[in-house]
Amino acid sequence: MAAIAVFLVVEAVPALQANKGSFFTTLTWEPNGTQSFGIAALAFGTLVSAVLALVMAVPVAVGVALFISHYAPRRMAGVLGYVIDLLAAVPSVVYGLWGIVFLVPFMQGPSEFLNTYLGFIPLFGGDVVAGRSMLTASVVLAVMILPIIAAISREVFLQVPRMHEEAALALGATRWEVIRTAVLPFGRPGVISASMLGLGRAMGETIAVALIFPATFGISLEILTPQGNSIAANIANGFGEATPIGRGALIASGLVLFIITLLVNTAARMIVARRKEFSGAAA
Amino acid sequence: MSQQIQVSGLDAYYGKHKAIEDISMTIDPQSITAFIGPSGCGKSTFLRTLNRMHEVIPGARVEGKVLLDGEDLYAADVEPVSVRRMIGMVFQRPNPFPTMSIYENVAAGLRLNGRYAKSEVDGIVEDSLKGSNLWNEVKDRLNKPGAGLSGGQQQRLCIARAIAVKPEVLLMDEPCSALDPISTLAIEDLMAELKSKFTIIIVTHNMQQAARVSDRTAFFNLAGQGQPGRVIEMDDTSRIFTNPAQKATEDYITGRFG
Ligand SMILES: Nc1ncnc2c1ncn2[C@@H]1O[C@H](COP(=O)(O)OP(=O)(O)OP(=O)(O)O)[C@@H](O)[C@H]1O
Ligand SMILES: [Mg+2]
Repeated sequence: MAAIAVFLVVEAVPALQANKGSFFTTLTWEPNGTQSFGIAALAFGTLVSAVLALVMAVPVAVGVALFISHYAPRRMAGVLGYVIDLLAAVPSVVYGLWGIVFLVPFMQGPSEFLNTYLGFIPLFGGDVVAGRSMLTASVVLAVMILPIIAAISREVFLQVPRMHEEAALALGATRWEVIRTAVLPFGRPGVISASMLGLGRAMGETIAVALIFPATFGISLEILTPQGNSIAANIANGFGEATPIGRGALIASGLVLFIITLLVNTAARMIVARRKEFSGAAA
Repeated sequence: MSQQIQVSGLDAYYGKHKAIEDISMTIDPQSITAFIGPSGCGKSTFLRTLNRMHEVIPGARVEGKVLLDGEDLYAADVEPVSVRRMIGMVFQRPNPFPTMSIYENVAAGLRLNGRYAKSEVDGIVEDSLKGSNLWNEVKDRLNKPGAGLSGGQQQRLCIARAIAVKPEVLLMDEPCSALDPISTLAIEDLMAELKSKFTIIIVTHNMQQAARVSDRTAFFNLAGQGQPGRVIEMDDTSRIFTNPAQKATEDYITGRFG
């Protein structure tokens, strides 16, 4: 681990010294040409696309997991669980291809709809609407991370001790109330961990989003417009024809991605730990 | 507030396996009834048919009638959920919700039953904890996790949770079997107090406990190896323990079998 880190830093430093722009604020990425590059737009795109993906994926994944663990008849639950596990194992390039072939043209219509009727919300604003947008990339990421979050959540929900569910039932809880009082609170740390795993995957995802992002270098919250990029996609797109400085710059961006991932995971751990005494671990 | 229970011709199944057969009995309001009998004879199964908790087990079903104040709990138009709100239950292993504070545990049933003002919930939580003799021990740490209490305290917390929704009947399945003698006595005293408000039914393997706390006692036994459990004899507790009508009952309480 440490050796890898040292190697990466050594590779990155010359590029950072040669940078004519500011690594943190410059909104271009031309280490090969003008030798001016900055991480801001890439880091922004990485975070926004991953967070959007998470916001879309988690509720659906939790719903699917609950359906499998508490609503579906046993045989159906078995089949669905198997399907989810299978989907979780599909290589990301498949999701990327699905995104570019199907979703990009498909999203044009809904995007225009959102832009026309909800355009007053900055998120959906902008003049030009395109299929290859931040939103589309986020949807692909959401679909990609959904199975893994659902699979882990289902395991967690199935592990809720029977006696806690019976305690709720005996108080006169309906099935949904059992889920609210016993299942969800007990499963919360597990769902958070699963979501963080999904977020990490979404932020690190390379090929699926590299196919979809238009590889621009602006910072914009207008997720329907043809803009967007991410650290990982930028590395995938640029590494082949990079000069030594260009490679160093990309490696530096990789380090930033690594740090962001670490920070996000630490934050998640803190959220889980904060409620530890209420986690049921003591029971 | 508490009501009479009349059971007639009740059978309960786990899938094809018939666990109890042809149980009929009357349980008076504001009394404590003890169920005794050897392991596996269906005491817990029967207890759980009384608040329709039996049927939550996959494949489990019930035949027969349970009347609460004359109304059949198994009538087609009766919701199991509303039955369980009227007939509370305390389990063998204390099972407070681990993710909730002491306060939230007691209030859990209220949260299901609708909207209450904060002050109202505060009052009910305090009354219920006082009712289960736990108030003095926890009043300074109501926001601490319920799972952080001792076993005996947890069980009294579960009793508080059950009585907070003001049921008519309180079912207790070996509520003291996981507890030390002091906590057991605390819960026995508590039952004697609760009797003025609730009809209480307790399953116990502890003969002294049955003799100490109950007004009536029902002795359950298997009709034979692999046969369903039945009620062999039910009578005033004093009579069951001094002069039972059945030989099997006498053998059991004197420890000669089971
Ligand atoms: N969940 C279940 N699924 C299938 N059979 C069960 C289940 N629970 C109990 N049984 C069976 O029903 C019968 C009665 O069990 P029950 O738990 O009611 O006995 P009990 O009198 O409460 O015993 P104990 O004193 O040990 O608690 C037993 O034969 C038992 O094996
Ligand atoms: Mg039992």
